[in-house]
Amino acid sequence: MNMKKTLTAIALGFGILAGAGNAQAAGSGPKPPSIEWSFNGIFGTYDRASLQRGFQVFRNVCAACHSLNLVAFRNLEAIGYSEDQVKAIASSYEVQDGPDDSGEMFTRPATPADHWPSPFPNSKAAAAANGGAAPPDLSLITKARGAGGDSALRVSMFHPGGFALGADYVHALLIGYKETPPEGFDLPPGKYYNEYFPGHAISMAPPLGEGIVEYEDGTAATPDQMATDVTTFLSWAAEPELEHRKNLGIKVILFLLVLTAMLYALKRKIWSDVH
Amino acid sequence: MSGGTSNFQSNSRVVNWIEHRLPIFSFLDSQLHQYPTPKNLNYFWNFGSLAGIVLVIMIVSGITLAMSYTPHTDLAFNSVERIMRDVNSGWLIRYIHMNGASMFFIVVYIHIFRGLYYGSYKAPREILWMIGIFILLAMMATAFMGYVLPWGQMSFWGATVITNLFSAIPLVGDYIVQLLWGGFVVDNPTLNRFFSLHYLLPFVIVGLVFLHLWALHMHHSNNPTGVEIKDEKQDTIPFHPYYTIKDMYGLGIMLIFFAFFIFFAPNYFGHPDNYIMADPLVTPPHIVPEWYFLPFYAILRAFTSDYWVYQIISLGGTLMSAKLAGVIAMFASILVLLLLPWLDRSRVRSAKYRPLYRFFFWVFAIDCVILGWVGGLPPEGVLVTIGQWSTFWYFFHIIIIVPVVGILERPKPLPDSIAASVTSAPQAAE
Repeated sequence: MNMKKTLTAIALGFGILAGAGNAQAAGSGPKPPSIEWSFNGIFGTYDRASLQRGFQVFRNVCAACHSLNLVAFRNLEAIGYSEDQVKAIASSYEVQDGPDDSGEMFTRPATPADHWPSPFPNSKAAAAANGGAAPPDLSLITKARGAGGDSALRVSMFHPGGFALGADYVHALLIGYKETPPEGFDLPPGKYYNEYFPGHAISMAPPLGEGIVEYEDGTAATPDQMATDVTTFLSWAAEPELEHRKNLGIKVILFLLVLTAMLYALKRKIWSDVH
Repeated sequence: MSGGTSNFQSNSRVVNWIEHRLPIFSFLDSQLHQYPTPKNLNYFWNFGSLAGIVLVIMIVSGITLAMSYTPHTDLAFNSVERIMRDVNSGWLIRYIHMNGASMFFIVVYIHIFRGLYYGSYKAPREILWMIGIFILLAMMATAFMGYVLPWGQMSFWGATVITNLFSAIPLVGDYIVQLLWGGFVVDNPTLNRFFSLHYLLPFVIVGLVFLHLWALHMHHSNNPTGVEIKDEKQDTIPFHPYYTIKDMYGLGIMLIFFAFFIFFAPNYFGHPDNYIMADPLVTPPHIVPEWYFLPFYAILRAFTSDYWVYQIISLGGTLMSAKLAGVIAMFASILVLLLLPWLDRSRVRSAKYRPLYRFFFWVFAIDCVILGWVGGLPPEGVLVTIGQWSTFWYFFHIIIIVPVVGILERPKPLPDSIAASVTSAPQAAE
């Protein structure tokens, strides 16, 4: 039995030891608060109402400057829109297509198969329109800005006190602006002070002003509510497989537990004549 | 292969027809079925077969991924996301492969430390041990190149940092770096050749694994007492069904651990920056390799120009640059293990009967963990000193402590045989 304890300890040790690269992008800000996301944990799922509100925030606010290249209109069915609704949403956007038979590029209304159109033709144009800093694509932002996406583990050898998830960081960043930087902080012109951004001087203006969005479902659109909703939406954009993954994971692990228990019983039986 | 007498017989005419021309059935029977295995192996002996199974999982998932992956700098990143989003169960295959790499190293590192603890590298198993070290090296090369393929920020910058190390080699360094890159920077030719080699090397590993097993089957498994098999009837049991079922049970446990990460923390072992597409113009603030390279990365970084070990081996900085010394030390930290069978002078294998060696074994194990910890953090302040002393201790243990302890230590009395050890201490086998 001692042997098994040692092995378990070693296995867990390796698990904790790793989580390796999870050093925060640059540890110059305070740790973002850990939010109880609907999609956290082993049984987590995306809150559908929050996803749709978040989509509204993305569409009305973020999409003005940020692209969402990896998401297609058809994917929106996964957050609760019907096929017809998706068609309607898609057709309200124009995308470039072509060349046609005469060799000309043309624009046409988007179809569900099209990916989300970028607000700028290329990254140079995006940078030029935004004071030299191109707004990053948001498709993977929650996975790219924090440890372990929606990790069920929040500890590692490098962060014994626990680390923040990408979603925690994005949420904190969106509402982490300060009107006046602290005494002695030299804020370059055209930048904004953000408590959670590495280096604190961020090019993005505070995006979520009070009442910038009026929610279709009547929820009060406070900045914190909007930040929560849009982060939920972006988490879905980054990990659309999450619900299926966790659901399947529970079944796989239950199956393995039963299988392993039976293998153990069989092992005991087969070994009973070894002395 | 010796041992494993086969009294294979079959009533099937087809089997006998084949057996007469290619004795594969009697071979399998003698090597996998009747194969005599010490009866006292503990669960640490599960990790060899686990490593073999993880290798198969990696090859199968990897071949599947390659069907949808595009090795081009403009397309690689998005092709991986395409796998994650649009390929049926693509996310599952990719997370199996991604986390499988970490599982492979966890299992193999435990396997290696088991060998160190029980003296499995000693005569007549030196070549078995050395092939194992070559497998580790091939695994490392494969894992490194595989990490480059998604073409994220950490892929690109990891490739840049590691390939640049070779430039420290005198005379031919720059040539080697250009050969690795296929040009003058890390770019599309680099990605192409890494993909090609990442697909090739696992099959080289399969070949090495066969040699590893061949060498193993010559003298059979070591065991927790380190005493050789003396009487096959008394000391051993047939591999099947005893060890097949024990390995299956161990596999079940490992798969639960593996599945937890695949389904509930799939990016735990990864770095967030690798979800940003590679950008040669933006350097990440803190470039770190994957966790399984961290101890070696710490050794590499320990060699600064004011490190006293460097000062000594470079004769006050005249013989080589600190960078070159670090590169040499990093490779030496693995290659020195090849000499272990000759550095360890003790005739007793198992640390169970070697109290002094056992103490230093655990110090060494902790030292490796500290190296891994230091390797993952920025080289600042006291961490530099800790990394340098841990690096010193790593080599000091292998080159000085192991031989000296082997000579000075008075081991405890060994049991007469495997069978005797089992009957005198029945709980030890469990």
